Amino acid sequence: MSAVIQSIGHYALAFVCELGRMGNFLLYSGYMIVRQPGSPLHILKQIRFIGTKSLFVIVLTAGFTGMVLGLQGYYTLAKFGSEGMLGTAVALSLIRELGPVLAALMVTGRAGSAITAEIGIMRISEQIDALETMALDPFKYLVTPKLIAALISLPLLCAIFDVVGIYGGWLVGVKLLGVNPGAYFYEMEKSVVWRDVYSGFVKSFSFGLIIAWIGCYKGYYAGHGAEGVSKATTESVVLTSVLILVWDYFLTSVLL
Amino acid sequence: MIRLHNVYKSFGTQKVLDGLSLKIPAGKITAIIGPSGEGKSVLLKHLIGLLQPDSGQIEVDGENILALRRSQLNRIREKFGMLFQNVALFDSMTVFENVAFPLQEKTAFPMDEIRRRVLSALEDVGLKNIEHRFPDELSGGMKKRVGLARAVVLNPRIILFDEPTTGLDPIIKRAIHQLIKDTHAKFGFTAVIVSHEIPEIFDVAQNVAMLFRGEILQHGTPEEIMHSDHPAVRQFISGSLDGPIQMM
Repeated sequence: MSAVIQSIGHYALAFVCELGRMGNFLLYSGYMIVRQPGSPLHILKQIRFIGTKSLFVIVLTAGFTGMVLGLQGYYTLAKFGSEGMLGTAVALSLIRELGPVLAALMVTGRAGSAITAEIGIMRISEQIDALETMALDPFKYLVTPKLIAALISLPLLCAIFDVVGIYGGWLVGVKLLGVNPGAYFYEMEKSVVWRDVYSGFVKSFSFGLIIAWIGCYKGYYAGHGAEGVSKATTESVVLTSVLILVWDYFLTSVLL
Repeated sequence: MIRLHNVYKSFGTQKVLDGLSLKIPAGKITAIIGPSGEGKSVLLKHLIGLLQPDSGQIEVDGENILALRRSQLNRIREKFGMLFQNVALFDSMTVFENVAFPLQEKTAFPMDEIRRRVLSALEDVGLKNIEHRFPDELSGGMKKRVGLARAVVLNPRIILFDEPTTGLDPIIKRAIHQLIKDTHAKFGFTAVIVSHEIPEIFDVAQNVAMLFRGEILQHGTPEEIMHSDHPAVRQFISGSLDGPIQMM
């Protein structure tokens, strides 16, 4: 019995320590963004990696998400004779919820895992130690450019996701199922307000922070060898995805 | 001068440094020898603040580095260069970018001057026309020499070498040892070399310290170590299987 309690206590302590370390990592990253944000060239390179190179997957996912929303929305609204509201349904679903969340999950799979693997490999091959021996802060080169890039890229990717998704819904609703094109966009314009766009922006901004924070943290403290990096990468993707969904719920309840 | 006093370090239940004390004289080459897994690399990482001891004191030029804040520690680290066991070249950068990196980050030299210094450092370690290559396109010996060029390019006062010749053939080993001696003669830095290369390291070092069971067992000139009466030192130097050093 005491062994069980001891084991629970051990895991609880380890969990609290991990949380503390993650919190410190985030605070120090914030401090470094203000003090030494890294060179603009490094930041641009990271925007290209996190943002530009995610465009294809974002456009593809957004297009099909919008098309599915158009299809599902049409059959649901048709039951009430409200097909004209399809544009509103697609736009609000995407702008308030699906755009930020799905864009963030796609970027997590594509860039978050790569960030962890890159920093993890630098950790196990002592490249991070080499930076420290040169009296250089590794955060300036490895963490802050990625954080800034994710904070800039995610809202932009989310905006692209929303627009492409809305046109995906238009393609199915208007072109395939015969919804009035004027109604599709007119109802959307009437119903979508600035607060909807703002809440989507806040969400995608905070998801950008989560992706870069967890991605960098897991890589920075990766364990030994290839197995350590592989474990860190898996943990990074799982934890980031879960945090995005949990944080999305809390943000929605505040921003609604 | 680097001074370690009563340094203790454990990883979990494994005691690695057990009250270790050592004085490393300025301007000399000091070799740390000892069986594998005894904490020689751990000791080296303590000297530059990459690892913190559980207790004890580490002084570099009279300053206790354990009492320093990060920015103050960085001021001390600027005195150091380090050649890692696995070289730790930045694998996304070319050879030129690797050697130029400390100069770009720590000096205000114009690009022409940086280029001149990088090429000169590479030439000093016997490398020419490889600046455009990436580390994974180089042999083990070439990587070590690029690592050495990066370690000396800022003319540091102290250079740490973590097993600089491990895994290299005898000719390249000798070339690297000669390179360390030559660069030391040219720049006069303090060098600390962790090595298993017995007896070659006695030709390179002016001081030798043997680490065993977390302590410095014996410290002296190469001659004193070579003619030591201590059974563990004698066993290690002769490579005998019988003695106080047991195979794990």
